[in-house]
Amino acid sequence: MTELLSVRGLRVDFVTDGGVAQVLDGINVDVAAGEVVGLVGESGCGKTTLARAILGVLPAGAARVRGGEVRFKGDDLLRQDPAVVNARVRGRAITFIPQDPSTSFSPVFPVKTQIMDLMKWKSPRAADGGPGWPLRRYPRERYRADREAVLETLRAVQIPEPARALRRLPHEFSGGQRQRLMIAMALLPQPALIIADEPTTSLDVTIQAQILRLLRELVKARGVSVLFTTHDLGTAHEICDRVVVMYAGQEMEAAPAEAFFARPAHPYTRRLLASVLGPGGELRDIPGDVPSLVGPPPGCRFHPRCDEATAECRRDRPARRTLAPGHDVRCYHPVEGPIGS
Amino acid sequence: MNANAPGAPLLEIVDLARHFPVRDAFGRRTGWIRAVDGVSLAVDAGETVGLVGESGCGKSTLGKTVMGIHAPTAGDIRFAGREIGRLPPRERRAIARHLQYVYQDPGASLDPRWKVLHLLHEPLKIHTRLSRGEREQQVRAILAAVGLPDAHLDLYPHELSGGQQRRVGLARILTLRPRMVILDEPTSGLDVSVQASVLKLFRGLQETFALTYVFISHDLAVVRAMCARIAVMYLGKLVEVGDTAAVFEEPRHPYTRSLLAAVPRIGGRRVTLDFALEGEPPNPRDVPSGCRFRTRCPLVQDVCAAEEPPLRDVDGRRVACHFA
Amino acid sequence: MSAAWFVLRRLARDRSALLGLILIGALVLAALLAPVLATHPDDVFELHPAERLQAPSRDHWLGTDRMGADVYSRLLFGARITILIGVIAVGASLLVGVPVGLVAGHFHGWFSDLLMRVSDIFLAVPQVVLAIAIAQTLGPSLPNVILALSATYWPWFARVVYAETRVLQKEIFVESTVALGASPWRLTALHVLPNIASSIIVRASIGMGFTILTAAALGFLGLGPPPPTPEWGRTIAESREFLPDAWWYATAPGLAIFLTVMGFNLLGDGLRDVLDPRLRRSHTARDD
Repeated sequence: MTELLSVRGLRVDFVTDGGVAQVLDGINVDVAAGEVVGLVGESGCGKTTLARAILGVLPAGAARVRGGEVRFKGDDLLRQDPAVVNARVRGRAITFIPQDPSTSFSPVFPVKTQIMDLMKWKSPRAADGGPGWPLRRYPRERYRADREAVLETLRAVQIPEPARALRRLPHEFSGGQRQRLMIAMALLPQPALIIADEPTTSLDVTIQAQILRLLRELVKARGVSVLFTTHDLGTAHEICDRVVVMYAGQEMEAAPAEAFFARPAHPYTRRLLASVLGPGGELRDIPGDVPSLVGPPPGCRFHPRCDEATAECRRDRPARRTLAPGHDVRCYHPVEGPIGS
Repeated sequence: MNANAPGAPLLEIVDLARHFPVRDAFGRRTGWIRAVDGVSLAVDAGETVGLVGESGCGKSTLGKTVMGIHAPTAGDIRFAGREIGRLPPRERRAIARHLQYVYQDPGASLDPRWKVLHLLHEPLKIHTRLSRGEREQQVRAILAAVGLPDAHLDLYPHELSGGQQRRVGLARILTLRPRMVILDEPTSGLDVSVQASVLKLFRGLQETFALTYVFISHDLAVVRAMCARIAVMYLGKLVEVGDTAAVFEEPRHPYTRSLLAAVPRIGGRRVTLDFALEGEPPNPRDVPSGCRFRTRCPLVQDVCAAEEPPLRDVDGRRVACHFA
Repeated sequence: MSAAWFVLRRLARDRSALLGLILIGALVLAALLAPVLATHPDDVFELHPAERLQAPSRDHWLGTDRMGADVYSRLLFGARITILIGVIAVGASLLVGVPVGLVAGHFHGWFSDLLMRVSDIFLAVPQVVLAIAIAQTLGPSLPNVILALSATYWPWFARVVYAETRVLQKEIFVESTVALGASPWRLTALHVLPNIASSIIVRASIGMGFTILTAAALGFLGLGPPPPTPEWGRTIAESREFLPDAWWYATAPGLAIFLTVMGFNLLGDGLRDVLDPRLRRSHTARDD
């Protein structure tokens, strides 16, 4: 397989007070090397759960992985030894940029402590083979080399005066700057894949523009793949090479960005794009509500709200159909033509 | 409520300022946050005026100060011709009948221990002397107007979905039939399809109840869809005020231009490729001298640091820039 | 009243809370039905010196005391005293403490600081010592015990109410009700109070246990209602000179005090678990 990351048939359930929620229903997602893939969907669609499942950080008590595989560089992360995954993959080959940078830093330590701590365990120069004893020593030469790498990366993410910045406390940075720090921390272990969970949602639009450009430039320069979740289609438009749309735990359509925005085929995608506010002020919503994941609709989960739904939609989930190279859709009635027709 | 002269604006803010003291660990004042620092704006009856800006610009503080949640540090707030910024508490409470405020999460504005029925009766109990039967009638009418069934009267807020809570929150305010409603980030955090239905609801209510809206939002697309006039704020001051269509078509202030340039355009070129604005807004405690935007402005000259540009009329619009 | 029923059901699921509920239930029953349940109801007042200090037997289930009165019957009537003291003392503390807390919580200036400093002063004094001082000065009697207990317990309520009111002030629904034009009276009475009621109830329950224990201590020291009132603490005091031979004389009231206080504490803990977060979440579980 040429894919760096290949998720196949992933099923995840969450045990809740109200019953068992089928949060992911056989998801298939691929990320190629050097590609930025956007995972787009509204709240409750399961994109954050998918991101967590790939990282292996689902809430232990509530979440149950019921099936499927997550293949990273050929190996199924779900079936590997967790200790090995923790040492080699998580935080190293696959890193993470969270949504809210303000809660990602401990407020009582200077930024330097946390970044160098990260480097101690996850630096590309760190020895392989397990986390070792907690009080593992940090060899001086490696520390110096790592610190140089940190300063260089901080310059790359445009943090002014990196050496001084390291000594500051997290609250002395603005939201945009903290997100830059998170990007730096995601890049330092020299990962193959970064999973970014709505990293610009809490930022102002001008800062968002800066961050998106920065992120895209950096990952393209270093050949790093990104799996970028967002509920904002505009953001996906700015940064993604390919876009995958999710609804209620099922992926509906996957296409290269240009085709996705110009010629979406799935009725849900079309409705979603149509509801983005146009300059004329027309308001188009989607009637109905997102279904509960406890006892969701059978077959294609969008069928209760879909104009094209027929009996088979209500019965069986559609299989993947390739409309054009790279453009897959899971629908019995994909629509042709631009939106609005 | 005194009727104001026809043609006079419903709301007139004149040089409004709201400053917050900054205190050190001992409680001594070390400085001020000039959240709103001299804003003048007029809103006519029936209009929908949008107030946009990024975080820290003061738009929420402005809304809350007009509403009376904060007391103004300086300046006047005139509602229907009457100054309301410095009224004694009891009289200020009476104004609430005509001027209301919707929170970003209207569901949070509901007391979790009260049934919807009581929540909706409360505004009427506070402000009117209607009998229970008369209140019942009003409440049912409002419920219908926001699209909720009578059955919901018997429920507690946590037994409703988020969208239904929002409608109850709105209904509560509308029972008073206010003339003007300040909406504070009403669509923040909402999914795009839900946003569309919420905005439809607002539009419908505006028609039904002849409301005037002040629409505070950081989302330019939403403001463009809903507001006929737009006012852009930066660091406590207005930088551009004008007709929405005109401002979007041809923004005059450099900040407005950057703001618009940052909004992604689906189906078009990637905006981030050309996006030029660097840096972040300065700390509101240390407001730059002269023009506040000068630290990031592509057009900056010496005069910008020396003199603060006034908000002046340029082609039917108001712009605060030396070079507009 | 469905709220009370719901709470009761939820409480019953927690074993220790259930135990507390049973103990308190037994106490209340004992107090209410004392004349019926007692084997020798007249022994509260009558003396039978001939039968003094007899061990527990079929006739006298818990033995007799130094006056020959039936310990068991006196214990039951003593329960009445106990409950009376607890309810009135805690009630009076509520009546003073809650308004003080509400007022202090609502205002922000020197006045609320003053109120809280006054309550701090009362809190700083050890409760038993102050109660002793008051009872000594005013003389031993039931009303004086209640006075002493209320005077020392009200600051606890004031504190809890103050803290909760301050927290509540930051809630959006409070701010929005103010924006709606509600007066401070309406806000406090109809919105703040109901939302802090659960904290008050929990503290009241625990306070009952604490107050009863202190009342027994006062009784033991001779500062409580004078004989022949069958107050439990006094009974223990009386039994001292006959220990360890007449073991039943001290054990019965001692055990009664122990079970009562434990009962209130367990109940209070159980209420704390049941009342706050759960009640908010789902009154009647409904799916939407």
